[in-house]
Amino acid sequence: MSTTDELVRDEPVTDPRPTDDMTSGSLDGWPMRGIVVAALALGALTWVPSGSVNWARWVVASLLVYVIGTAIVSRIVESPRQATDRVAKALVTSSFFVVLLPLVSVLWTVVERGSNRFDWAFYSTTMRGVVGEGGGGYQAIVGTLVITALTALFSIPFGLFTAIYLVEYAKESAFSRLVTGLVDVMTGIPSIVAGLFAYALFVLLDGPGHTSGLAGAVALTLLMTPVVVRTSEEMLRLVPNELREASYALGVPKWRTIVKVVLPTAIAGILTGIVLAVARVIGETAPLLVTVGITNDVNWNPMSGRMATLPVFSYNSYKFPTLPPQASIDRAWAAALTLVLIVMVLFSIARILSTILKPKGLK
Amino acid sequence: MTIIDPLPTGEQDAGSDRKLDEPVGRLGDRIFGGLSFGAAAAILVTLGAVAIFLFTQGREGVTADATNFDGDQGFVEYVGPFLFGTIYISVIALLLATPVAIAVALFVSHYAPRKIAQTLGYFIDLLAAIPSVVYGLWGISVLAPILARSVFPPLRDNLGFLPFFGSDVVLSPSGRSTLTVGIVLAVMVLPIITAISREVFVQTPRLHEEASLALGATRWEVIRQAVIPYGRSGVISGAMLGLGRALGETMAVAIILSPSFGFFWDTLTNSNSNTIASNIALQFPEAAGLSVNRLVATGLVLFVITFGVNALARRIASAGFSGADG
Repeated sequence: MSTTDELVRDEPVTDPRPTDDMTSGSLDGWPMRGIVVAALALGALTWVPSGSVNWARWVVASLLVYVIGTAIVSRIVESPRQATDRVAKALVTSSFFVVLLPLVSVLWTVVERGSNRFDWAFYSTTMRGVVGEGGGGYQAIVGTLVITALTALFSIPFGLFTAIYLVEYAKESAFSRLVTGLVDVMTGIPSIVAGLFAYALFVLLDGPGHTSGLAGAVALTLLMTPVVVRTSEEMLRLVPNELREASYALGVPKWRTIVKVVLPTAIAGILTGIVLAVARVIGETAPLLVTVGITNDVNWNPMSGRMATLPVFSYNSYKFPTLPPQASIDRAWAAALTLVLIVMVLFSIARILSTILKPKGLK
Repeated sequence: MTIIDPLPTGEQDAGSDRKLDEPVGRLGDRIFGGLSFGAAAAILVTLGAVAIFLFTQGREGVTADATNFDGDQGFVEYVGPFLFGTIYISVIALLLATPVAIAVALFVSHYAPRKIAQTLGYFIDLLAAIPSVVYGLWGISVLAPILARSVFPPLRDNLGFLPFFGSDVVLSPSGRSTLTVGIVLAVMVLPIITAISREVFVQTPRLHEEASLALGATRWEVIRQAVIPYGRSGVISGAMLGLGRALGETMAVAIILSPSFGFFWDTLTNSNSNTIASNIALQFPEAAGLSVNRLVATGLVLFVITFGVNALARRIASAGFSGADG
């Protein structure tokens, strides 16, 4: 014991860093802020050659200066390991904001350009007999509503029952594994291929050149069902087995247990998943382009004839503008804005549903 | 309690492994169980129908004599450039998106304050739900002009020695080139890769991270030693799923790209190989007769490729997790 004490006392202080307080040898606090300010100032020098303010160049240059500056300073003051850590943090954080850039830009562009025709006329008039300015997307809104409603009508029961089968009935059989695998395959079907399938199916039933809202809904069902299966399956598996067993113990039949106990417990997650799945398919363009086409008239009948839909209307107005082109392009953006608004509303609904329907007592 | 099992073993229907808690013969149970089984079986039938219908409709497009088509092209000559364009553009998108997606996933899982991390995840999901036609419109009217004005010229002048830029190419004045489409697709597949990577990064066992921290590791070293090795297979399968999405993406390509027929390596010019999906979307509305069959056949080719990529992704994911759990 005493020898150790002496050893320690005799040991000279070898730490090269100054030992006046806890934070010395670290760049945390004002030194880092200093580097940020210096980087921003140096980045601003990129304005000098062109003489005008260029935000993008400023941000990129400042970021470069910051990363290199931090690396060098931290290497000298702290240690190479700290320097790597700081550079990694800078790169990871900045890449997140780089990703926000397109998102903000997309949303901003859609709002800015869509607002040109974000008026009542766009939502109440059709394109029938309209050349040039005016007109609207009423027929496309009708078509989108009809086709999306049909799609939901097909794929919600289809997907939900498949999920119930996989969770409640199938017990690790070869068949259930096959179905799970096929659902995965369905998730990966390109949307245009789903459209071609629906086209091929209806050509067989009705002859070449068939177009109808129903064909579009079939194509979208192919895309929406696997999403419903996946999310419902996940939610059903979260339901504690004790709840099922308690129900069986009371003599409740299996199907009533599923309907009265399992589904109500999982309903928040299932509905959220369904709403998000609707948000996914409502913007699908390619399958509708090949199955439903486009028209200038309102068509409420999904059994026959072309139907306008918002995404196809947007695409068509932009790709084949009538004179003057700006009027068509404005309509395309207004349709795009409508779509984005619908998607955002659906996202909000999903959020609200998942909070208000959360079963009590479950975390 | 006496248990009576009146069920002859032969009566068990496939898949429903009947247990003692299921009384026999109750009508409600039979109907409900039948509906569930029917829905699952319908998945099988549907996918079979997809393959069969695409095959019957596409077959004629493949076997028909080349003289039936413009330019006397056989099917392989026809689909080749589109296949090349599909893979080329998707790979560009994937190379651009994957590193950024991993960084964003790490930011959300390990750097961002926990309170705002969930909101950030929500924004990433929103990025995935924006319709592709909107990305297309944004790409051609906002991104393409910016790239053509201030990114393409420096790329050609400074990095022209790279084969995919080229030092003496005529730049696309509108910016509607392969690189632009690659960037837009990268933005579109990024949320998928991010979402899956984030999921596996969050699942990193707490003890692995704490062990690393206890050895004095910095945050980055924790990520290198504990998080990345654990999540590697998840990241790879996320990237593959992103690739699958990029391969099938239609509208953004159809709107933005200025296509030509043939194989083009240059990414900055107006001559670009089109993708299979975009070609279908552009040609289908005006196609008739055998041309339709040929387009369906190209769709079948696309289906097979995405199927392969997705299957590979699942295999990597399932193989990786079992190893990492141990």
